[in-house]
Amino acid sequence: MADTPANRNACTGTGPEASPEILGLSLDRRNFLTAVGLAAAGVLAGCSSEAREKYLQKHFLELSPQEVERRLSRLSAEYAKQLGQPVNLSGTTARPGVVFGYALDLSRCIGCRRCVYACVKENNQSRDPQIQWIRVLEMEKARGIDFEGANPYYDPDKVPDPEHFYVPVACQQCRHPQCTTVCPVGATWQEPDGIVVIDYDWCIGCRCCMAACPYGARRFNWGEPHLPSAEANPTMHYLGNRPRTRGVAEKCTFCVQRTRDGRYPACVEICPVGARKFGNLLDPEDEISRILREKRVFVLKAELKTEPKFYYFYGI
Amino acid sequence: MGPAKFITTSARFVLSGGLAYWLWIGLLLALVVWGGMAYVDQFQSGLIVTNMRDQVSWAFYIGNFTFLVGVAAAAVVLVIPAYVYQWGPIKEVAILGEILAISAIVMCLLFVVADMGHPERFWHLVPIIGNMNFPSAVLAWDVLVLNLYLVLNVVVVVHILYRGMQGRHYNPNLVVPLVLLSIPAAVGIHTVTAFIYAGLPGRPYWNASILAPRFLCSAFCSGPAVMLVLFQILQRTTKIAIKDAAIWKVAELMAYAMFLNLFLLGAELFKEYYSATEHLIHFEYLFKGIHGHTALVPYAWAYVICGVGAFLLFLFPATRKNIITLNLGCLMIYASVYIEKGMGLVMPAFTPDTLGEIYEYTPTLHELRIGAAIFSIGFLVFTILCRIAIPIMTGEFTKVETPATSRASARVASAA
Repeated sequence: MADTPANRNACTGTGPEASPEILGLSLDRRNFLTAVGLAAAGVLAGCSSEAREKYLQKHFLELSPQEVERRLSRLSAEYAKQLGQPVNLSGTTARPGVVFGYALDLSRCIGCRRCVYACVKENNQSRDPQIQWIRVLEMEKARGIDFEGANPYYDPDKVPDPEHFYVPVACQQCRHPQCTTVCPVGATWQEPDGIVVIDYDWCIGCRCCMAACPYGARRFNWGEPHLPSAEANPTMHYLGNRPRTRGVAEKCTFCVQRTRDGRYPACVEICPVGARKFGNLLDPEDEISRILREKRVFVLKAELKTEPKFYYFYGI
Repeated sequence: MGPAKFITTSARFVLSGGLAYWLWIGLLLALVVWGGMAYVDQFQSGLIVTNMRDQVSWAFYIGNFTFLVGVAAAAVVLVIPAYVYQWGPIKEVAILGEILAISAIVMCLLFVVADMGHPERFWHLVPIIGNMNFPSAVLAWDVLVLNLYLVLNVVVVVHILYRGMQGRHYNPNLVVPLVLLSIPAAVGIHTVTAFIYAGLPGRPYWNASILAPRFLCSAFCSGPAVMLVLFQILQRTTKIAIKDAAIWKVAELMAYAMFLNLFLLGAELFKEYYSATEHLIHFEYLFKGIHGHTALVPYAWAYVICGVGAFLLFLFPATRKNIITLNLGCLMIYASVYIEKGMGLVMPAFTPDTLGEIYEYTPTLHELRIGAAIFSIGFLVFTILCRIAIPIMTGEFTKVETPATSRASARVASAA
């Protein structure tokens, strides 16, 4: 895909210095590519140095700590201007000895969707078009967990409905994520603390990850995202809730901007019935480890061997 | 003759033509502009101008991409008889297959670009300067193998034409190895494209080992169907002589490919319907509709009926040698595979989505316009390359340029 125009034109054009022999072809191609390269360099030279640096930036994981700092401060200034308020954009790395896990008590969840909206608020999702990372599915009690027939658009006067139960689904933070495997440019990866993240500055918007995810966890910015400055959360992480642009994928990051600072994800904090539990899977004293030990947990679509770190259980 | 002369002579061929030729070029350019304006819109506002959404995140563009990979791969239906079996009637026209492959790959790459949220970041995919996720991402492999196949065909076609203009035979030490390499490359582009889909455990409609063989079989019918129609158009509009034997042989090969294609479809339908697991729902959406969502049902049956009908037409020598039934069969195969590899392959996999939601997709006018522009670019590439190739193939060119080259033009005809 990358060198399409070059390849295409190489067939109709032969450069002035080409020899009539077969080698001429490769020479022509090289000359042509050089010309294209020079033309591209010319266009880039015409841009501001800021735009040029932004366009030609390196992959996030290849940056030195100083380069990360530089990028964070450039983006902070950009977001502050965009939102009309100071922002605190961090690049906090994973803490050693921590792998985050999540457990959700289906017998407590009442389907109120407070988590959905707390998540939107915390993570600076686009309000128009509306993007939500958590989808709460209403399911019939008699059918058990069956996605066929699940209803994400339930709208009764009062929840919970006695005939139904509720299954909130967001990124399952798989140990073997399909989405990162298929990404052709390595714009999404699993961090050492187990969080699957996306670099919005590197994503090309091909949506392979969305085809690959078995949990419908990824959202795409089909249009220009709109985040009213009054509703923006200024505490941001580069790999999490910083403002997105159109044409990139996004999803739940376990609130990386909070959890790497020792706080709970927004959905855990807001849940009025305490259905959501979160912690460090490597710490045997942590609540999450106790749940895995004492309750009978399961994961969604276990047969796919994605091995989620997001567990479900029936606590009562 | 030097390269500069090659370019000017080629340009002269391309710029000379009758009213019909210029009307055709004008029509294509108008479609490019019309669709190009839709693309400008999409580039500015984002893919929200399409009807794709999170539930159906690939659709019209990727369906067309998949179909055209098949058309490109089908050049081997000409290349194998021509270069492996040295069969004269097809060898004379094999270059047309290569030109079709170039045009189809150009369209493929454009459809991928049209589908990208950030096309300007294409360089992230380029090995070394970008960050290609190799070897785990199948799309990365696909980009490599598609570009390799494009380069192979471009080198072969340009070399044959360049030598042909000089009245010389192509260099077999260059062309034969490249053409032989293009055979596994052609199988490769379609296999790797199928693996993009087949490798996803979360999409049971695609996650079948039969997918790549089905891709290849359908490609070996649809590509030649396009070629046969183009051959006949060229026979009428240019001085090129294509032997009936070549057309009938291609039609016979298509009958075999269509049989395998239908057999594999049947094998898949048996497994899905007899075992009737939760995977069946995607086939039911395609062939019956679910919960009143039936947008694809007429298309699905059209593709089955056209496929079976075309198979029967190509099976019997009488109907595949009759010009009317031959062309009817070509159209039916084209329709069948275009539906199967477009709407029939992409949409049912997303409907219902992984969490059971049904979002019924139909393309917007923007998508159709952009698709029309890309097809027009492909036709332009094909027209221009044929415009250069045909006078060389028929010997018209060498007769005019250098009077005493009847031997040379005979050689060129066999070279092409």
